[in-house]
Amino acid sequence: MTLNRRLIATALLLVGLGLIPIIAKSIGYLFLLTLFTRIVILAIAAVSLDLILGFGGMISFGHAVFLGIGGYAVGIAAHHGYYSALVQWPIGLAASALFGLITGALCLRTRGVYFIMITLAFSQLVYFLSVGIDSYGSDDGLTIYKRSTMGGLIDLGNKTTFYYVCYASLLLCLFLAWRIVRSPFGRVIQAARSNENRLQVLGIATDRYRLVAYVIASTMCGLAGILLANHTDFISPALIHWTRSGDLMIMVVLGGMGTLFGPVAGTIALLVLEEVLSTITEHWMIVLGPLLLLMALFKRGGLSALLGGRKA
Amino acid sequence: MTFFLEQLLNGVQLGLLLFLLAAGLTLVFGIMDLVNLAHGSLYMVGAYLAASLTVMLKSFVLGVIAALAGTALLGIALEMLALRRLYPRDHLDHVLGTFGLILFFNEAVRLIWGAAGMTLAVPPYLNGLVEVLPGVAYPIYRLAIIIAGVLVALFLYVLVQHTRVGMLIRAGASNREMIGALGVNINRLYTIVFSVGAALAALAGIMAAPILTVQIGMGENILILAFVVIVIGGIGSVRGALVAALLIGLIDTMGRAYLPDLLRLIFTARAASVTGPALSSMMIYLVMAAFLIVRPEGLFPVPSARR
Repeated sequence: MTLNRRLIATALLLVGLGLIPIIAKSIGYLFLLTLFTRIVILAIAAVSLDLILGFGGMISFGHAVFLGIGGYAVGIAAHHGYYSALVQWPIGLAASALFGLITGALCLRTRGVYFIMITLAFSQLVYFLSVGIDSYGSDDGLTIYKRSTMGGLIDLGNKTTFYYVCYASLLLCLFLAWRIVRSPFGRVIQAARSNENRLQVLGIATDRYRLVAYVIASTMCGLAGILLANHTDFISPALIHWTRSGDLMIMVVLGGMGTLFGPVAGTIALLVLEEVLSTITEHWMIVLGPLLLLMALFKRGGLSALLGGRKA
Repeated sequence: MTFFLEQLLNGVQLGLLLFLLAAGLTLVFGIMDLVNLAHGSLYMVGAYLAASLTVMLKSFVLGVIAALAGTALLGIALEMLALRRLYPRDHLDHVLGTFGLILFFNEAVRLIWGAAGMTLAVPPYLNGLVEVLPGVAYPIYRLAIIIAGVLVALFLYVLVQHTRVGMLIRAGASNREMIGALGVNINRLYTIVFSVGAALAALAGIMAAPILTVQIGMGENILILAFVVIVIGGIGSVRGALVAALLIGLIDTMGRAYLPDLLRLIFTARAASVTGPALSSMMIYLVMAAFLIVRPEGLFPVPSARR
């Protein structure tokens, strides 16, 4: 009953995340809440990347661009005095979806290593756009003085409330991803990863399916960007730097590609590891770097493989 | 006119610098089929080694030679210890593993040399200006970069086209299983190619060092440019890398120099000054995206069964 083991592990993980504000308050370690807010937000980005990378086999090396688009939508709107989430969030989501649609249609004409390079090129394009535009802070970034407002119903300024908003978003994205993966649409995406020719012979236009998956993943990551901008109250080109896209890939692979448990577990593992290592030594990256290399050499299935059994 | 000539020379100089970095990258990519993100780290290590060794040895030339040798040795060690095991894996593993190496090298450099940047002092005879054409003065050091770049390009041309090792390299880029089957010691070939690539990356880092500063992470942005170059040039093709590097160098430099003015003809001065700089740094990525869509195999495709 390994499938149950996997289900139980995922459920425990999510329940644990839900209890974080209570745990943080009871042990008086409020920093934990800030750390886990970040983890939950980046987990959304990792889940979205896993949809195309893990399930779809599309190795995107520019996924952080959508964190940037979502983030800049919030930052630019706030810069012009529009604070309402009803304005900011749809703009961020729509911009991410649109950018995903346009670049996805172009990227998906390529395969393999060329896909890696072209997704990287498009993220660099936006990176340099954000560096070049002085009105929105260029290199120095843009401070957001007020978080998105929700008509007085929900106060995102409250740390616990904000955490639960992010948590609910993660649950929603996981649910969506779960439904997608198990739908006929999701089956096509996964089958196209293993044998694209066969699907095309069967009369399935795989590129269209891939493009839809790409747009869904883009939009989902845009949501993570929106939340991240609200979390840090600041946006800068660093959001889009290619090393950030690398971080997202690490989270997915560390946790286990092509599973829903994986990206969440991987995000927690990477960020907690960073936190722990950095308390031991300020040169923690000298440990993390070789760990990644070893992972690339010896991992098969990431943390998720520890649970055994079949995937999903 | 003077301005144009200066920009032209700057473009050629950036192009040749990119070529040094891209030549090694394209060979490693073409022959071993390895996406090596850590190539930028070798560029950085080369610059750091040169910055300290020129001081220690009290000679610019000796310091540079020692730094090149040091980086080549590091390349050999890296290839034999780690990268060799990555070749048979897929591209995702390459990206992850070599991304880890970047973190490692950045931190190792911080441990050894500290977080503050360093400068590489140019010897007096390379300092100053020289008149390249009547009335057109150009820094000697930048001219030296151009000359060194041309010499290396010639050296690589002879190496790749007219020597036995070069023949094996070309054969390896087309079909590595076959040359392995023909009895060539493929592991040794890989190590040689990697160490040559490492030395070229170090040379690029050393030559860029006096113009930019020697700092941690200096290889990261230029690495992406080098990837743009090899994708446009055709993966595995040294000739393609040269042509594409010059193309990218010129587009980037000319774009920065003239695009704001050109935009001013169409838009208002304010709009032009806002979009000009952004657009000129975006342009090379637009060019790359266009290439990938229209001609994904690059300018000089290397026939290959893989990829």
